[in-house]
Amino acid sequence: MTTIKTVGVCGAGTMGAGIAIVAARAGHRVVLYDTKAETLERASKQTAGFFGKSVERGKLTQKQVDGFLGAYTRTTDINDLAACDLVIEAVFENLAVKRELFGKLNAICPKHTIFASNTSTLSITEIAGGCGREDRVVGMHFCLPAQLMKLVEMSPGLNTSDEIFQTAWAFCEALGQRPVKTKDSPGFVLNYFLVPFNNDVIRMVEAGVAEPADIDRAIKAGLGYKMGPCELLDLIGLDTQVLLCEAFYDVTHDARCAAPPLLKRMVAAGHLGRKSGRGFFQYDKDAMFGG
Amino acid sequence: MTTYQIIDAGESRSFPAGDAFRAAASGSGDIVVYLGEGATAAYRSDASKTAVLVELGTECLGVATDEGRGEEGSNALGFARFRVGDGEPSNLIELVRQPASDPVALEAAKTLFEEAGFEVSVCADFSGRILDRLIRPYYNEALAKLDEGLASASDMDLTVKLGLGYPEGPIELLERTGLHHHHDVTQALFEVYGTKHYAPARRAKVAKQRLEQGS
Repeated sequence: MTTIKTVGVCGAGTMGAGIAIVAARAGHRVVLYDTKAETLERASKQTAGFFGKSVERGKLTQKQVDGFLGAYTRTTDINDLAACDLVIEAVFENLAVKRELFGKLNAICPKHTIFASNTSTLSITEIAGGCGREDRVVGMHFCLPAQLMKLVEMSPGLNTSDEIFQTAWAFCEALGQRPVKTKDSPGFVLNYFLVPFNNDVIRMVEAGVAEPADIDRAIKAGLGYKMGPCELLDLIGLDTQVLLCEAFYDVTHDARCAAPPLLKRMVAAGHLGRKSGRGFFQYDKDAMFGG
Repeated sequence: MTTYQIIDAGESRSFPAGDAFRAAASGSGDIVVYLGEGATAAYRSDASKTAVLVELGTECLGVATDEGRGEEGSNALGFARFRVGDGEPSNLIELVRQPASDPVALEAAKTLFEEAGFEVSVCADFSGRILDRLIRPYYNEALAKLDEGLASASDMDLTVKLGLGYPEGPIELLERTGLHHHHDVTQALFEVYGTKHYAPARRAKVAKQRLEQGS
């Protein structure tokens, strides 16, 4: 039984909008905050579209959706988060940006409010540092797309109290998600394994060991993965992989985490993956070539 | 249908006794397939054949054919049906080419395996080919992070299944297929590549040591 009633979500990008849907769908009052009105507008359309499809597919009734959306507000004013019991940040993956946000929220929110970070690479302890309520900060890393993926990696910082972590854990379960506990360690479990693995794949292509289509076929046929790594990298975005590498290498100094030269060249050439129509594969109206 | 002849050179991990691929072989054919742990030693070149296929373990095809100036290649190709430890052989054939491999031989080999119902990935002649090169560092990291308490074994497995859609987590997969087998493969790759990520994780070493002492 969760004591969390009103949930704030900071950052209305793909991840933030998805988390807000998850919270709304679980019956919480939701306040989605972003500094940009157009980002909120886009999130609003995406949310309406998602719930609309849920009704079409018979997963939700229109009455339920009307209830969710009636308790869902969007704002560009951070002060509107003052009534939240828990605030999840899903803003730009930058330590200074997240620390500044939590510092501001500490001055706005009541003492009981829990702060959660959706960071995928940064330290929860570092994000919490200096915010004024380090004992009430937890890591809650949702997977993309949050509104469909059940997994949440939950991590306590060094100063997080056990009681607060348990409260956040119960909240996560009440959302209908499946939390797993990880240490406050770079990349937690998922990205710790995935980022260097994907870099190894890129280096393998660069070294001429095998073509992307052969690597993807091997992974799927040999290991039963649903998606090949090159296909996945194209979906993630090669520019995003560079950012992940930079964040990881900065913390780990592990050579496997450093961005491979081929990755940097592809980004420089505008081969960003699906979003640019070309990455390891070429895309035309979502049709895949080279597979 | 492509006809092929099998020459046995020890126990085959790709096509164990009773495998349908063996049953479909003939006494002669356009393609010769050397099977077993001794395949590279048993290999004899035969230019009269469309292709000569050599089953590989962690070694390179060059061990069978010799290499020279980065220009090696003939109708001889390497292959292995991917398999983790004691797990069942998968449906994947990793087909190994050299820089100057005969394209006709390569195409014939692909056709042979595809006709037999396998998926085929072509790769260059490097130890560990595609999959072992990619997954062994991942398994070593998973074992090391288990030691460091990053997450419980169950949570680690569940995380990759739910988060990445993998059919099995690394710890349960290694338990199922034999941790000591992982030790042997990653140790062989470590000796070739020398990078720390191939060095067997502590738990893999323990499993190997227990096997060696008869536990």
